[in-house]
Order: sequence, then structure tokens, then C-alpha cells
Amino acid sequence: MIGVGRVLAADLLVAQNIAFYLIAVGMVIAAVRVVTVKNMVHAALWLVLVLGGIAAQFILLAAEFIAITQVLVYIGAIIVLFLFGIMLTRAPMDRSPDLDHPKQARVVGAAIGLVLLAVMGYALWDGFEDRQFGQILVQRTAQVSDSIFSTYLLPFEVVSVLLLAALIGAIVLARRD
Amino acid sequence: MLVNQFLFLGAILFCIGVYGVLARRNAVLLLMSIELILNSVNINLVAFGALWHANDPSNLSGQVFALFVIAIAAAEVGVGLAIVLMLYRTRRSIDVSEVDLMKG
Repeated sequence: MIGVGRVLAADLLVAQNIAFYLIAVGMVIAAVRVVTVKNMVHAALWLVLVLGGIAAQFILLAAEFIAITQVLVYIGAIIVLFLFGIMLTRAPMDRSPDLDHPKQARVVGAAIGLVLLAVMGYALWDGFEDRQFGQILVQRTAQVSDSIFSTYLLPFEVVSVLLLAALIGAIVLARRD
Repeated sequence: MLVNQFLFLGAILFCIGVYGVLARRNAVLLLMSIELILNSVNINLVAFGALWHANDPSNLSGQVFALFVIAIAAAEVGVGLAIVLMLYRTRRSIDVSEVDLMKG
């Protein structure tokens, strides 16, 4: 029985790795499309793919509550806000040529991104090398709520007040007077 | 699974977001790139949270901080889009390279 259990655990690990790399490749392609595509509505829709992929990675990390929050808040609310923003500013619905800076600015941006990636990649490999997660336990929603409402109660209240302030600020800014 | 798998995915998404902030000129697309950056940070936080949780099951700090990041990102998008709408109303354009009133 122990042998069977070990084989199953190894199979599960292989399946998790395959799922991780498939989703990760899709996410990176979609993210590159978000920052390069010439159509604003398409950029928002590619962003949906990235955000959904991130929710799937949270499931792989056994973080159920934050995966559901990611779908609710980002795909449900923030993408709709972005589409509202695109439509309220009367952006053209088809290709528009003036979404990017000129070519030399883009080359500098790409160079900065690559240098940043090299530095971060070196630091991450230096710090963690091939460290394994070990057994990833399910992080249950009840435990998350216990943690928020005991250890992190004060920061939680501060975030609530901040959300209220942002709400009032957005209304004041966007009001027509 | 390696911890570095998730950390490298976060780093790659972060750098794509930084490129987007530097290369895009449209304010709404700039906000989308900022969302990419914030989400890549969330992957890191949840990965570290899972690592801590495996050692100490009562510790869920990673997920709690990721939730705070999501809340603040929502506030940021709300205020950011309100600013973009004001910009559009006063200038009929949301090109950030034309917003140079405070340039010396």
C-alpha cells in the first residue's frame, strides 16, 4: 500500500508540473500580447487570460480562497472596469496606431525589462536554487479567515478605510459638475 | 514542484509589465500593465505562503498579504480610471505623453 501511495504521489507531482508549465507558457504569451497588441479591447481580453492563469496557479499552490477571490475581483470586476474605461474614452474598437511610444523608447523599455529579468533571475537562483515545496497542504478558507481576523485585524481595518477613501475619491474625481 | 518555478514565472510577468509601463502611451493600457505587475507579486506571495504553510500549518501570512494586494489593486484601478476619465474630459485624449503641464 505504501508503494502504491508513493507511485500515486509521484504521478500527481508529474501532472502538477505539466499543468504548471502549460499554464505558464499560455500566461507569458498572453502577457506579451497585452503589452504589444494594437487593439485596446483585445488587450483587455488577453489580460483575462493572464488573470485566469494566475487563478489556476493559485489552485496548484492549494490556495483555494485567493484563487476564487482572484476570479471574482479581477475577472469579474476589474476587467469590466477596464472595458468601461475603454468605451467611455471612446477608444477606436479596431486597430489604432498610436498606442505605443516610438520605436527607440520601446527598445529602451525592452532593454530595461531584460536587465531587470536577468538581475531578478540571478538573485532568485542564488537564493532558492532547486529547493522543493515538499508536501503542499491545502490552505483552507477557515484558516485564512482566522488569520485575517486575529493576527491581521488592524491592517484589515486600515484596508477597509482605504477602500472607502478610494471610493469617495473616485466619485469626487469622476463627478460631472 | 520547485519554489523557483513560481518565482521565475512571477519575475517574467513583472518584467513584461515593466516593459508595458515604459512602452505604452495610452493611459488605460498603462493601468493594465500595472495590473500585470501587481499580479506577478501576488504569485510570489502565495508561493512563499505555501512554503511557510508546509512548515508551520498555522501560518497563512502569504495569502493574507496577497488579499491585501488585491484590495489595494482594486482601489488603484478605481481611482486611476477616474483620473483617466477626467483627463479625457478636459483634453479629449488619454495619451500620457501629452500630459506635460508640470514639465519644467
